[in-house]
Amino acid sequence: MEFKDYYTILGVKRDATQDEIKRAYRKLARKLHPDVSTEADAENRFKEVGEAYAVLRDPEKRVAYDQLGRNWQAGQDFRPPPNWDQGFEYHGPGYTGADAAFSDFFQSLFGHAASTDPRSARGASQHATDTHAKVLIELEDAYRGATRTLNLKHSELDASGRPFARERTLKVQIPKGIRAGQQIRLAGQGAAGPPGGKAGDLYLEVEFERHHHFHVEGRDVYLALPVAPWEAALGATITAPTPEGPVELRIPDGSAAGKKLRLKGRGIPGRPPGDLYVVLEIALPRADSAAVKAAYQELEKARPFNPRATLGV
Amino acid sequence: MSSKASPTLAGEILDEQLELSLAELCRACQVAPAQVTEYVSEGIIEPCAGEPGQWRFRGVSVIRMRSALRLQRDLGVNVAGAALALDLLDELDRLRMQLRGDAR
Repeated sequence: MEFKDYYTILGVKRDATQDEIKRAYRKLARKLHPDVSTEADAENRFKEVGEAYAVLRDPEKRVAYDQLGRNWQAGQDFRPPPNWDQGFEYHGPGYTGADAAFSDFFQSLFGHAASTDPRSARGASQHATDTHAKVLIELEDAYRGATRTLNLKHSELDASGRPFARERTLKVQIPKGIRAGQQIRLAGQGAAGPPGGKAGDLYLEVEFERHHHFHVEGRDVYLALPVAPWEAALGATITAPTPEGPVELRIPDGSAAGKKLRLKGRGIPGRPPGDLYVVLEIALPRADSAAVKAAYQELEKARPFNPRATLGV
Repeated sequence: MSSKASPTLAGEILDEQLELSLAELCRACQVAPAQVTEYVSEGIIEPCAGEPGQWRFRGVSVIRMRSALRLQRDLGVNVAGAALALDLLDELDRLRMQLRGDAR
């Protein structure tokens, strides 16, 4: 098991006051809270910070940890010396972490203190049984529906109250019409409850993989579609990709760059379905031959044109 | 519950289509009805129908309420603070979405 440097995790000096530790923790907690942060590993870091704080906020645990601390570096393979905490006495509520998922390192030092704090007692007996996870799907899955196989790890308490990691595989149906940020509740698929209690629910938050062409806002889908200058000027029927496959699309003559064409009901399915917006971009052929150069010069002669007229120059 | 060769599970989407009673919302969030009343009066969640006592809620209320509860528990903010944070997070989400569209 790896040694954890709780001071580095909180970004404080070893001689920080209790107030400094609290300030550092509060700041990091606000930044890393999984409901707030968009960082991919926010949840793990939030837990890590919570664990560090659980030790350093408690003067008894902190002193005990300190006497270990100096000889160890973060990440070093660690085994607690026998009777390392002999002579230290712990009082009152155990740690008040949001859930009992502290690291092996923590458990080896402080055990799995069955908390007597009413706030986390509730957490331990009921809240811990609801679990949540994220599932990444392709945009196309939202159009068709899909099945995803998830490998979930969670900690459970064994008969003697010690936590252990348990892995399980779930096959979950992703319904057609799901949108990014929505949650699917799977009743009874959370962690097992206390002995004799009911299992909690599993909340699955759906996110879309980033798509090469499409970008999604709620139930509407956007596509930036390049067209040639003559297609925009003269009008054309072209082929445009959609998440359901290519469609024929009529570009009206006189279309400017940035023109938005709405394909009603071609967004994410539902009641009502979203729309697909095609935003035109005008792509210019490079003047890489004498013939193309001549054609551009021809156009310039044919149509005096000041694209900056509206800027007053 | 531990399921190796399991059948495919279908859950329910917590969206606008799904309606819950006060009791169902309380169960999902593991709170007492009084706390739901407090959240409603703070504007964190909004009943979609019904007289007080007969309230109905949309599925998204579960997500919002659970988020607010976590923020309160983990960050030590009060109900008004959690409400503010959620509103700002919504705004942030909206702006990020727009930004992603504009960056193309």
